[in-house]
Amino acid sequence: MSTTEEKVKAPKEPLFSKKNKRLITDPLSDNNPITIQVLGICSALAITVQVEQAFWMSVSVIFVMVFGNLIVSLLRNLIPSRVRIIVQLVIVASLVIIVNECLQAFVPDVSEKLSVFVGLIITNCIIMGRFEAFAMSNKPFPSILDAVGNAIGYAWILVLVALIREVFGSGKIWGAAIFGNNLPGEESGLYALGYVNNNMMILPPMALIVVGVIIWIQRTRNKDLVEEH
Amino acid sequence: MESTLDIFVKAIFTENMIFAYFLGMCSYLAVSKTVKTGVGLGLAVIFVLVVTVPMNYLLENYVLKEGALTWLNPEYGLSGSKTIDLSFLSFIMFIAVVASIVQLVEMLVEKFAPTLYGALGIFLPLIAVNCSILGGALFMQDRQYSTILDATSFAFGSGIGWFIAIVSLAAIREKIRYSNVPPALRGLGITFIVTGLMGIAFMSFMGVEYGKKKDSKTNTISGGAVETSQIINDIKQ
Repeated sequence: MSTTEEKVKAPKEPLFSKKNKRLITDPLSDNNPITIQVLGICSALAITVQVEQAFWMSVSVIFVMVFGNLIVSLLRNLIPSRVRIIVQLVIVASLVIIVNECLQAFVPDVSEKLSVFVGLIITNCIIMGRFEAFAMSNKPFPSILDAVGNAIGYAWILVLVALIREVFGSGKIWGAAIFGNNLPGEESGLYALGYVNNNMMILPPMALIVVGVIIWIQRTRNKDLVEEH
Repeated sequence: MESTLDIFVKAIFTENMIFAYFLGMCSYLAVSKTVKTGVGLGLAVIFVLVVTVPMNYLLENYVLKEGALTWLNPEYGLSGSKTIDLSFLSFIMFIAVVASIVQLVEMLVEKFAPTLYGALGIFLPLIAVNCSILGGALFMQDRQYSTILDATSFAFGSGIGWFIAIVSLAAIREKIRYSNVPPALRGLGITFIVTGLMGIAFMSFMGVEYGKKKDSKTNTISGGAVETSQIINDIKQ
């Protein structure tokens, strides 16, 4: 696991050196946790029916990830490597409990819709993956940057998928109708012209297909990412 | 009230862990390159779900739930004066149970069933962080199954559903290697789309009615519309 050699670094570097900036910008596209590393899909897809849920989910993940990475990084020399997974799980689980209690207190209806998926942040592979791959062998500050970068890389895909699904699936953004009123008998806006919502977009499988298309577009733009089967 | 068998069938088909809730996607996508590894991981998931969900069920009903500590002292019960509600601890307790059971199961299997260990070996540790296991526990808590038998049949059904999903995806991926997929879609992209299409196929099980009919008024409207609106309602919940 984390060997001491890995930790040896240049003595002093500016707060936002090029290397530190890359920690934030890399996961946004070229090393995106969802589309490239394939981590954290479990909870990502199920809550992308509406932008609001996706937004709160993203906020929760950013919070858990930043503090989790910070704590793991601070404790990295104290955690025996044999039990590190359990220690990490306990750290994430405590942070997720805090998030869950806050969501229940301040946005109860969102919390109800997210239901078990808040709890599933615990087993969100991105978080464990970053703990293992980064926080266990790096200093606190770069760990925070890494967490911010990866969490935002996760968040923007989540919100984008939710936006596509909500706009085409229910004709709304954040619960506000954008194409007019679609109540039967009193249609207005686009619906009066015969536009119909694509109910298919609300179904779970469409989340996978939307992400598949995003991956397709991303890899068409950046040929280096193309896989050999 | 749903019967135990209903819960079992529902967990395999309509409420399939992968296609309806996307649980355990990470390992599902990563380990489905060949049928052999898919079978290994699938069996491990069934096994661990069947062991951990009943454990968590007992924990939930005798420790965590509001008023569950009645057996300790009647005062702590729902009607007592000092009701205790430990449900906020459920995440940490469930994950601790899952992680330790996985460790324990790994040691036991290694000792007593070396052939099984050979087959499941590397997959067992992976499972501690597989969303479908914790997801199983959390759904069990959310749906409040009335007996431990129901919870177990839910766990077994979910495991089998997961197994079917990963093995069929692995089989498709083995064959897809011979087809001409657009370069940018190769690998991950096409896997996502295939899973999506499989999910759509699995949605056709939504029309199956279990036990009693849920809502009599939806039956009067014609076929397709009922299904879609029911599905959408189900998802919105």
